[in-house]
Amino acid sequence: MWKFIVRRLLITSPQIIFLSLLVFVLASFMPGDALTGAIGPDVKAERLAELREELGFNDPWYIQYKDWVAGILQGSLGESFQYKMDVEDLIWQRVINTFWLSLVSVIFIYAIGLPLGILSGRYNDTLLDQLITGYTYIGFATPIFIFGLVALWIFGYILGWFPTGGSVDPGVESGSIEYILSKLQHLLLPGLSIALIGTVSTVQYLRSEIIDTKQKDFILTARAKGASERRVYNRHIFRNSILPIAAFFGYEIINLINGTIFIEQIFSYPGMGQLFLDSIVIRDYTVVTALVLLTGIGAIVGALLSDIILSLVDPRIRIK
Amino acid sequence: MSENHSHKDIEQQVSEQQKEQEVQKSPSGLRIFWREILKDKLALISLIFFVLVSMIVFGISLILDLDEVVKIDPFAIHQPPSDEFLLGTDKGGRDVFGQLIIGTRNSLAIGFLVTLISGAFGIIFGVVSGYFGGHIDNFLMRIVDFFMVLPFIMIIIVFVTIVPRYSVWTFSLIMSAFIWMGIARLIRSKALQERELDYAQASRTLGSSHTSIIFKQVLPNITSLVVVTMTLNLAANIGIESGLSFLGFGLPEDTPSLGTLMSYATNPTTLEERWWIWAPAAALILVLMLAVRNVGEALKRAADARQRRA
Repeated sequence: MWKFIVRRLLITSPQIIFLSLLVFVLASFMPGDALTGAIGPDVKAERLAELREELGFNDPWYIQYKDWVAGILQGSLGESFQYKMDVEDLIWQRVINTFWLSLVSVIFIYAIGLPLGILSGRYNDTLLDQLITGYTYIGFATPIFIFGLVALWIFGYILGWFPTGGSVDPGVESGSIEYILSKLQHLLLPGLSIALIGTVSTVQYLRSEIIDTKQKDFILTARAKGASERRVYNRHIFRNSILPIAAFFGYEIINLINGTIFIEQIFSYPGMGQLFLDSIVIRDYTVVTALVLLTGIGAIVGALLSDIILSLVDPRIRIK
Repeated sequence: MSENHSHKDIEQQVSEQQKEQEVQKSPSGLRIFWREILKDKLALISLIFFVLVSMIVFGISLILDLDEVVKIDPFAIHQPPSDEFLLGTDKGGRDVFGQLIIGTRNSLAIGFLVTLISGAFGIIFGVVSGYFGGHIDNFLMRIVDFFMVLPFIMIIIVFVTIVPRYSVWTFSLIMSAFIWMGIARLIRSKALQERELDYAQASRTLGSSHTSIIFKQVLPNITSLVVVTMTLNLAANIGIESGLSFLGFGLPEDTPSLGTLMSYATNPTTLEERWWIWAPAAALILVLMLAVRNVGEALKRAADARQRRA
């Protein structure tokens, strides 16, 4: 067990190192540096050149990389050119917003995916199953940005059931009950949009797992012993099929990141994805670099978690 | 063959005989695919639809003047559909219908291009990894793992903004660089099985080089998997490209895509009141992706004898 986790951790560290190298190389190709924001009429070019020398911008790349990594390890992600503030402070609020959006999406993903998958697998090849399979077939081929746009158009604009943008109504006092309700209301439609597309793979996976498990010998044994149909499904089949789904949770993070970029843009929800796109447009590259690095690490850690959970629940993976 | 025949006749006969022989060889590859598609009405309709749309789009864009379509006309801003402008005009007074045609053409062309580039790279990567196995496989698969966990939408966007001389080709290369892993994994696991089979072992014993076994023997044997995966990838890539263009980081501005038309819908008024600008593009992306996927699923069944329809 520990052997597997240690091995898996050993694979993770080069991944993070390569990610940081990739981001560092990308950052060095971006125009401007930490002093670009300081350029003004009262700052002389010679002074800037001196500053660059002092701050080590003329050092060879490996020294710059070392300094950059050291800075990050001390919790400094640099300063935004645009907002003249530390990147950490700038992205913190956005990270929280994206966290809530992701949390709501994940809850919906499982709240929708598990029942549909179970029904579809239990009653396979019935009309119900065909309806669910039809939904997953179309959902799988639908790009999330089209689904989000159409959802916003229909439920936000035409029917007016949901707010069409932002993360909270303006003027609501922070911390009050209305504030929380308003936040939730702003999260529902974007969260549902991500979930209805994102849950498709869960439904498909659970369905085929259940159909597979249904024919296994131990299920026959359970039935032969006289276990009720309910017991067979709840205790024997579902338990065996649900474990891999739980383990894929970490991999969901990558999909969530990709999904939130589109959904935050469409619903003008002030999260990390929107900040990323805004920063790219206004060329605020320290923010861009920080966001790519953070989400990359998030995705790597997510995959790590998944593999560890998977090895806990499925001993076969540990063997090699 | 009588001696009276002229030389030409004989040649013709021989070539006809060869043709017959080829047909009788075995119902492999294309033939099985074709049979399965004919049996699956949905896939057949999808294929016909896809071919028709492609022909219409490429045909019209031959006679359509691109400069005319993207020319800004301040007197025709945001007009509703009319006889002159079938789908109205956008915020620059440009004809939406013309953009739809050219956008579809560009989206399809990029879809094919990216599928081919990423496919070629992924296939070679996967087949080498699976064929050699062992340490080489272990090393190459760690590279795949690394690429798999990258937040690829973000990284593609960053690349798109910093690359100099940005064009359709550089965009295709950037996109391909971050989506080749799926096919590489699939091909690798198949190649791992193939290399254990007798024909590959025998060929090795007879002294064939690795390159020759990989390209002349293993690859042809996994063609069906390649065709299926590439078809399904084509559908996905059309979606990814239009998504990136929707965000404004896809095709360059002078080559509108279906995603470019969709991006007009980020303007709330356009989304709410001028559906004719973005809805046809949205519907086209959806239907094209579904059509390609239907064909891909039929091919998938054809490639797996157990799933073939009786």
